[in-house]
Amino acid sequence: MCCSDRFGFVATARASEASRDANLSRRAFLAAGTAAGGGLLLSVELPALSRNANASDAGAFAPNAFIRIGRDGQVTLIMHKVEMGQGTYTSMPMLLAEELEVDLSQVRLEHAPPNDQLYAEPLFGVQETGGSTSVRGNWEPLRQAGATARILLEAAAAQTWKVDANSCHAARGEVIHGPSGRRLSYGALADKAAALPLPRNIPLKDPKDFKLIGTSAKRLDAPDKVNGTAKFGIDVKVPGMKFAVVAACPVFGGRLASVDDSKAKTIKGMHQVVRLDDAVAAVADHTWAAKKGLAALDIRWDEGPHAKLSTRDIVQQLVTASQRSGVVARQQGDPGKAMASAAQKLEAVYEVSFLAHATMEPANCTVHVRPDGCDVWVGTQVPTFAQTAAAKVTGLPPKKVEVHNHLLGGGFGRRLEVDFILRAVEIAKQVAGPVKVVWTREEDIQHDMYRPYYYDRIAAGLNERGKPVAWTHRVTGSSIMARVTSELFPKTLRVMRAAGLNNLVAMVRGLDVDAVDGAAEPPYALDNVRVDYVREEPPGIPTAFWRGVGPTHNVFVVESFIDELAAAAKQDPFEYRRALLDKSPRAKAVLELAAKRAGWGRPLPSGSGRGISLLHAFG
Amino acid sequence: MAYTIKVNAVDHSVDVDGDTPLLWVLRDVLGMTGTKFGCGKALCGACTVLIDDAAARSCITPIDSVGAAAITTIEAIGNTLSGKKIQRAWLDLDVVQCGYCQSGQIMSASALLASKPNPSDAEIDDAMSGNICRCGTYVRIREAIKQAARSTGTDGSRG
Repeated sequence: MCCSDRFGFVATARASEASRDANLSRRAFLAAGTAAGGGLLLSVELPALSRNANASDAGAFAPNAFIRIGRDGQVTLIMHKVEMGQGTYTSMPMLLAEELEVDLSQVRLEHAPPNDQLYAEPLFGVQETGGSTSVRGNWEPLRQAGATARILLEAAAAQTWKVDANSCHAARGEVIHGPSGRRLSYGALADKAAALPLPRNIPLKDPKDFKLIGTSAKRLDAPDKVNGTAKFGIDVKVPGMKFAVVAACPVFGGRLASVDDSKAKTIKGMHQVVRLDDAVAAVADHTWAAKKGLAALDIRWDEGPHAKLSTRDIVQQLVTASQRSGVVARQQGDPGKAMASAAQKLEAVYEVSFLAHATMEPANCTVHVRPDGCDVWVGTQVPTFAQTAAAKVTGLPPKKVEVHNHLLGGGFGRRLEVDFILRAVEIAKQVAGPVKVVWTREEDIQHDMYRPYYYDRIAAGLNERGKPVAWTHRVTGSSIMARVTSELFPKTLRVMRAAGLNNLVAMVRGLDVDAVDGAAEPPYALDNVRVDYVREEPPGIPTAFWRGVGPTHNVFVVESFIDELAAAAKQDPFEYRRALLDKSPRAKAVLELAAKRAGWGRPLPSGSGRGISLLHAFG
Repeated sequence: MAYTIKVNAVDHSVDVDGDTPLLWVLRDVLGMTGTKFGCGKALCGACTVLIDDAAARSCITPIDSVGAAAITTIEAIGNTLSGKKIQRAWLDLDVVQCGYCQSGQIMSASALLASKPNPSDAEIDDAMSGNICRCGTYVRIREAIKQAARSTGTDGSRG
């Protein structure tokens, strides 16, 4: 298995920029062409404006998509979904290789360049990795891409041998003529395949014929990750690169008042102090000199309007807001009436605190700003947003910004945000040559964009048998969706199409579907229900999607409360749930299986506990 | 001032302040980026290297304390018997996820196996408790250490 160059740096991003939103299906995107270095390139045919000004790109007449096969037979798969531990750099190649008929040991992976037209997540409409969408969204498109390539290669072989294409089949990077046993490698067929018209029908395999899908394939990223050669964003090495450490105002919304750098200047290896509106960076020969330089600065902050803000203030604001009636996420039956006539009523408040993402790889970004262009080396879940952000800060057109994506040392939603990229570009604008900006762990935690503090009021009425007959749940907290959609929607109609009508209606109504995800539709039979959402933004504190997003907060609230109900009803928590699942056979089967595997009911050693919970999400 | 350190059996001279942590010498001065920065406070273990066969947090190891000691990093741990076994087991069990902590995990595990060829659960917990994995690969890490301990031979194959 090829290791050293599996994640070879993509020096020649040939992504194209469509000048307008392209309302084309992904199927229509697929077109065949010849790669610059010779060979078959499956790509998207769009009004192509060459994004890459490198002379070496002259002659490349088609942009990248997912598959590139060289004359030497090298199969390169271009990864538009990023690898942050979740396994996309194995699952995406499996989808492609299954239909392409190559072994995973034969492929080489490249990080995709930013390009929403080529690489948008079908479920989002932008090039983004998140929300557990990668396999769901790409299950068919990537298999089609693989199958299209295989069909063309088989047709090329059939032409070469002057035989019926139906008598040829592909296996392990070769096309084989069944009757005669003749074989041709994909590399030998690449030029001819590139000249063939695209097939009209792209039949996909019957699942019973899958060779890779459904197997526990070994991770393709593992070899590099056990020998130190894997390259994360923080590992970038660029000739002449300086190292920077940054301190932003410790109070959100504050500004830089003044900096005395006289002591810092004396630190060995220190080069420069960069002053921004709300932050200071020390630039040096290496990170330690930068850290010492930063520590030696005498910084005065104007802490701004939130200087005295405390956690108590934030919670009190949420408590007050939670008295308001919210936007209805679900209304069914008459919960007020049912609650009034219930045999027993339970009420609870659940609060979940702000959470930092705390990725193992701290926020970092390496940038080289030049008058005519900008390079950004980073691990990001949103490459096109990174490009747009850098373009905005530099004033350059997006096509002049190269984003070189990397493996992510954890994402969890942190790398859906571009704040640390914006910051790095702001710093790099003031530095001659490339600069790697690394946040200290303290900075990474202090200036994260947090999972919101949620304040949940939940209540249930139980009948005489302990069964819930009324259910109300009000979620109060920041709306990440409102911020993100306000950033996304001006961008493209494609996002709206991907969102779908229901989500669009919810957004217009002011409902954050993520904030109530897992709360609006618990799996249980509940007859009289009201779930609503009150948007209340914490002053100054940035919020963002966090690992598992909405459901992580709601499963805790709903399932904790179900346990409270079971206790009030003096029933076993597993049996209590099970009795509410008659209309959800799949959920019931999952619960029963979990209970069985956990040995539910078996005695436990003292000091040990056992619990069970159920959630439906990301289906 | 200039310090000469021996990393993976090769001498390197570096001109940095004596308080510069070994981590930044490795990563920024020598360009050996396999050793990771996670916290800078010896709290996460991502920066673990071997100093004379003992696991050490390079982020709090000043260069002037290293002296003539032999430093081994993830780039060369596969040259040691225990390191090779550990890497093999890591691949066999597909331990890694995002992988950022795994250099440190592997260094700690290799040091453990070199000193205790058949570590008990308690010894594994003790040796590995300073290495944080945000993806939560702990179960596979423990299993891989046990598998490596069971394996024999210089090729890392299971006995």
